[in-house]
Amino acid sequence: MTDGKAAPRRPFVRPMAGWWRRDPFFVRYMVREATALAVLVYAIVLTVGVVRLAQGEAAFAGWLQALRSPASLLLHLVLLASFVVHAHSWFEIMPKTMPLIFVQGKRLAAAAIQRAGWAATVLVTVLVFALALWARP
Amino acid sequence: MRRSNAPIFWLLFGAGGMLSALLGTVLVLITGLLAPLGWALGPDWMSYPRALAFAQQWLGKTFVFVVIMLFAWHAMHRLLHSLHDIGVHPGVAAKLACYGGAALITIVAAAALLSIGW
Repeated sequence: MTDGKAAPRRPFVRPMAGWWRRDPFFVRYMVREATALAVLVYAIVLTVGVVRLAQGEAAFAGWLQALRSPASLLLHLVLLASFVVHAHSWFEIMPKTMPLIFVQGKRLAAAAIQRAGWAATVLVTVLVFALALWARP
Repeated sequence: MRRSNAPIFWLLFGAGGMLSALLGTVLVLITGLLAPLGWALGPDWMSYPRALAFAQQWLGKTFVFVVIMLFAWHAMHRLLHSLHDIGVHPGVAAKLACYGGAALITIVAAAALLSIGW
């Protein structure tokens, strides 16, 4: 740089590819956002089931047969894990997204809100499962 | 000033997120694993006559519709806002694709459930 001429300008551009892999916090954020894919896939699976149900007995039997395939069972295992992650992350961020709650002048702790969410999920899961067992053919 | 339509999508996203957090896991477990495998619930738990009777009853019909609709709108709203994170600008086209997809799922499910009748 002593000759007085400026070096060719090459502005630094921060590479953004794979940005979320740089920090475990970002990885958790992306995993949380990715659970939306599982929710979407399950909504589509149910929609196909409802359409096949409307089309009659043979069509619905085909859908049931497809659900019994190893690929479908594997898919639903992945969906199951994703829904658990979704429920966990949903209640993890809930203290930040909901209005503040004050109990006796003190802000309700985030951990308490999270625990309440988990407890509600466990309760609903047990209730629905009991209902399903009760409605056995 | 024109009112923003964002709160509607946000409300659907929030309601769908809460419902899927509470119900999603057990629903996938039952409809995707236990019923097809015949474990715990027996082989005919989701048989045609039973599924039909469930969907013909107003409570069952409403339940299935609300689950599908809110899950779809929740997922599509979240995917729309994640596009930016993977380097896709969430413009009008992306908005149309995401919310249009959710609307399509809603309409298809509603039409099928209505044609099943009461």
